[in-house]
Amino acid sequence: MVLSLSKDTVQVLKEQDVVFLKNRVKEVAVKIKMGLVNQTRLLTAASELVRNMMRYANGGVCQIEVVSSGRNNGVRLIFTDKGPGIPDITAAMRDGFSTGKSLGLGLPGTKRLVNEFDIKSKVGEGTTVTIIKWANG
Amino acid sequence: MDKIPILRLGNFLLVTIQVDLYDRLALNLEADLVQMVNKTNARGVLIDISAVTIVDSFMGRIIGNIASMSKILDAETVVVGMQPAVAITLIELGLPLKGVHTALDMERGMSLLKSMIDIDGEDIDQESTDDGIITQ
Repeated sequence: MVLSLSKDTVQVLKEQDVVFLKNRVKEVAVKIKMGLVNQTRLLTAASELVRNMMRYANGGVCQIEVVSSGRNNGVRLIFTDKGPGIPDITAAMRDGFSTGKSLGLGLPGTKRLVNEFDIKSKVGEGTTVTIIKWANG
Repeated sequence: MDKIPILRLGNFLLVTIQVDLYDRLALNLEADLVQMVNKTNARGVLIDISAVTIVDSFMGRIIGNIASMSKILDAETVVVGMQPAVAITLIELGLPLKGVHTALDMERGMSLLKSMIDIDGEDIDQESTDDGIITQ
């Protein structure tokens, strides 16, 4: 059972918003006493996802939540965009797959960095990616 | 617009990244650095990332690009001062930075660069002394 303790929404439309979002995520991670390595993992994951949102969907919204499950606290990030959607999620989750000119590490790499990862996408409607990083996980 | 300064030190170029990179800044650095290598005939590039807290797949690719581009312009690249958390994250992300030389700190990076281009360094020294000496 994952409980949400606080909620905050950040709009990401410009490159400056990305910096603002990373700072907000860092603040929240520090507040729940997440260790430095996990902070770095979470911020790197956020950085990958927000870049995807900017590149493929011209921006979107990120919801930052402090969540709790038993004694463990964590940060949940929900990235929502109204972009073109991903036709083949299985392929997108494979290492080295990219429709853009990137290395294709973004989604599978992000999944390795966080504790929980969920992606939902509908072609023509948009994509939602949810990640959770526990403070001690 | 922020800009990352590139300093010249003899045959080397020195870059200290003091802020967290964002995409545009990283792309500009890549272009500036490769142009500087060409303009100054630098034989080595030393990039200090000790103040960088996040390197994601894009930044990692830029660092790899700088190393490969410098390589074909006959300059070696050494990345120094990576934070342990960044190293952990890079490997988990799946980005081993192949082909990029690394060293723990500036001093070791400098001696690594010197050892890599040692032979040529001597050549240059000899040339310059030859120029300085008036032949009989």
